[in-house]
Amino acid sequence: MDTSLAVDLARIQFAFTVSFHILFPALTIGLASYLAVLELLWLRTGKTAYHDLYRYWIKIFAVTFGMGVVSGVVMSYQFGTNWSRFSDIGGNVLGPLIAYEVLTAFFLEAGFLGIMLFGWGRVGKGLHFFATCMVALGTLISAFWILSANSFMQTPAGYGIDADGRLFAESWMEVIFNPSFPYRFIHMTLAAFLTTAFVVGAVGAWHLLRRRGDERARIMFSMAMWMAAIVAPLQVIAGDQHGLNTLEHQPAKIAAIEGIFPASQKGVCWSLVGWPNMEEARVDYDVCIPHLGSLILTHEWNGEVKGLESWPREDWPNSTVVFWTFRVMVAIGMAMVLMGMISLVLRINRRLYDAHWFHRLAVWMGPSGFIAVLCGWITTEMGRQPWVVYGLLRTADAASPNTAAEVGTTLAIFVAVYIPVFGTGTYYVLRLMRKGMENLPPAAPIGGPGRRRHAKRPLSAAPDAAE
Amino acid sequence: MGIDLPLIWAGIIAVGVIMYVILDGFDLGIGILFPFFRDKEERDIMMNTVAPVWDGNETWMILGGAGLLGAFPLAYSVLLSALYLPLILMLVALIFRGVAFEFRFKAEGEHRLWDVAFAGGSLLATFMQGVALGAFINGIQMDGRDYAGGTFEWLTPFSIFVGVALVFGYALLGAGWLLLKTEGALQEKVWELYRPLLFLVFLAVVAISLWTPLADPRIGARWFSWPNTVYLLPVPALVALLAYHLYRAVERRQERRPFILTLGLFLLSYLGLAISLWPNIIPPNVTIWDAASPEASQGFMLIGTLFLLPIIIGYTAYSYWIFRGKVRADSHYH
Ligand code: HDD
Ligand code: HEM
Ligand code: HEM
Repeated sequence: MDTSLAVDLARIQFAFTVSFHILFPALTIGLASYLAVLELLWLRTGKTAYHDLYRYWIKIFAVTFGMGVVSGVVMSYQFGTNWSRFSDIGGNVLGPLIAYEVLTAFFLEAGFLGIMLFGWGRVGKGLHFFATCMVALGTLISAFWILSANSFMQTPAGYGIDADGRLFAESWMEVIFNPSFPYRFIHMTLAAFLTTAFVVGAVGAWHLLRRRGDERARIMFSMAMWMAAIVAPLQVIAGDQHGLNTLEHQPAKIAAIEGIFPASQKGVCWSLVGWPNMEEARVDYDVCIPHLGSLILTHEWNGEVKGLESWPREDWPNSTVVFWTFRVMVAIGMAMVLMGMISLVLRINRRLYDAHWFHRLAVWMGPSGFIAVLCGWITTEMGRQPWVVYGLLRTADAASPNTAAEVGTTLAIFVAVYIPVFGTGTYYVLRLMRKGMENLPPAAPIGGPGRRRHAKRPLSAAPDAAE
Repeated sequence: MGIDLPLIWAGIIAVGVIMYVILDGFDLGIGILFPFFRDKEERDIMMNTVAPVWDGNETWMILGGAGLLGAFPLAYSVLLSALYLPLILMLVALIFRGVAFEFRFKAEGEHRLWDVAFAGGSLLATFMQGVALGAFINGIQMDGRDYAGGTFEWLTPFSIFVGVALVFGYALLGAGWLLLKTEGALQEKVWELYRPLLFLVFLAVVAISLWTPLADPRIGARWFSWPNTVYLLPVPALVALLAYHLYRAVERRQERRPFILTLGLFLLSYLGLAISLWPNIIPPNVTIWDAASPEASQGFMLIGTLFLLPIIIGYTAYSYWIFRGKVRADSHYH
């Protein structure tokens, strides 16, 4: 069965490369906006602490962004190299969305990134701030288009099918604003902001544990905890709405997420933990809370929910995986809300900068956003199986004609390259985070527009470590 | 039906590709030239001449890919599976090249490693682009709407030769860029490299121009049939003229001219290629009209492209203007 092996390898390859890729946007989307806020605060108040923070985070941003770009370029070719039949059938609809992403987002990011990273001393303050804002806007626009494309694959709308079985757009508005897109866009953008907030919070907390008095560490930590307190609850609401919408459009996905097998059930018991057993069509070691399932999914005590057995077996997503990835994501979401609430209590008692136990907790929560983002995506994507375009094109029919040997070889190459390269990048990022802000170089002079100046520092956002 | 959308889109994608070739060409060329410069400070300067712009340059390639997917999905799906291995190797090479920009300045002691990544990544990416181009010119076997060739179909003497030729070509572009952006001893070294490089590029252009029509009778017929030969004569004539002026510019050490003249050389070669392949988007048989997506897709994309492309070119040019002038070493690391 060479072809089905090739398809499986192609899926693993896609999952591997996109999972690496999404880790970087999860941080850069949030950091770009954070940098814009820091620069605005600096321009408004003139406080050097904000400027220091800007220069501190921009180095981390530059390295992460670089990794986001190179891993993203790979993604834009994976559609053709791994899913050529999908590209042929869906390209009419998805291609224009991605083309708009390039035109409205990638060029914007790239065009102003140079000024943002290397423009100090060459452009005025106002223009530099503008460049930062454009990069931040670019990341959000990028998320808009790519999530629209992905949402179309989840909940296709506004399309027709021609005589050869290929999709074409009937209404671009309906294609772009397909039923799951608004929810996904909000949920993912909040996810990126939360991921960033917890990274910034962890770095701030780490420095607070060492030098309690450092004003910049305090500012970081405080800003991050405000984000947690406000955005984490919003994310829970957004996630709940997202789930209700998915129940309407992809009920089999929800059945798999909740481990519900019987074709129809009222007053569904909500499984807290358990092991969905796909063979036997039941949840082993089930610990469940009566009626909560119906309450969450239908917002009714005895609401009726369809289980996996309403669909033919070959259309079942893997419940064992999505059951757990979903629960991990939700648990992290709840932990984030809790962190936000504790921070409010500490703030009211004026102990936010002194509660070491809380700082230690915040350091541990640093990577939580990344884990939640990955779990969320695995839930979404594996819950869509066995379809690439939900209800229209099966994954097995979407692959390229390439042999398993070819796909396996390239998969091995990707693994052999991604792990050391992005591993080293992560190590550099961690090292930048560990360095305090006391040895930041003196600020570069800000030049006025039109004056000819030479770079006062090398054209990398992060100077040589040998300094 | 007045407008021929597939024709317009073929034009837009052609512009995107040549923008990519020229812009990322000099970035990659600098990486290819890296081994000839051993001094860390010189390498810093070389890298810094492109650090603020390389990402924007690479974006043209993404536009080419996305435009192809949206406007000619069949071409995207067939070409990418036919050129599977060379393209994946190119992408992997571009990873090394891309991360080196940031990693190199963050390294403590191991910056040599990222020098190798930068040079090796640039070299491999360029070579694979050339090989893919050569395989594309050779033609792609199809069965229905699928690629039907083998795993190593792309690997022919011709495609390898095109790969090597592109390495010389990008190195020449990179050298021209360095003449513009550097001065003193570094620039002097570039001048020394320039003449042998120019010679190699000229030989390669001539060889490919002869090899292509000889290997493919259809392309041969296009160039060597009456009266086409007369109409097409200006292309080789202009190439010869440009080469002569390039040579003279090198003799006289005119630092701006080589880069601009090399651009001309690339444009002409590209034009020659377009003449050979027209109107196919998957040589030898699938034309741009066969592979086109429906009007709804091409029209929708066209509106945005016509509106956005001028804006993009505007702010890209602005960014180049901000970073104009020579890059110097006096900027030490703080
Ligand atoms: C929610 C956000 C999001 C998602 C789901 C994806 N990306 Fe991404 N991507 C971004 C958000 C982003 C970004 C924030 O715009 C990046 C991250 C860092 C960066 O440089 O830009 C980026 C970079 C980036 C680049 C490089 C752009 C450049 O040169 O500046 C490409 C080609 C892609 N992506 C393509 C993809 C593809 C084909 C995806 C789907 C499989 C994908 N991305 C998922
Ligand atoms: C960025 C975060 C994302 C992650 C972590 C992610 C994860 C995954 C995973 C795990 C799979 C394999 C599913 C399986 O085979 O069981 C997959 C498949 C796929 N995803 Fe995503 N995905 C992401 C975003 C996207 C986006 C934005 C798109 C499209 C615009 C997309 C398109 C696809 C396609 C085409 C496949 C292959 C076909 C399939 O298996 O259904 N993904 N993804
Ligand atoms: C308790 C809170 C949460 C709930 C109820 C929730 C709910 C959901 C649901 C139902 C989905 C799947 C939607 C679909 O496939 O159609 C999803 C996906 C996702 N979640 Fe959550 N979520 C929560 C918290 C979080 C947190 C804290 C993060 C990250 C910081 C996060 C990140 C994601 C991501 C990245 C996806 C995939 C993209 C998407 O489909 O939107 N979620 N979430």
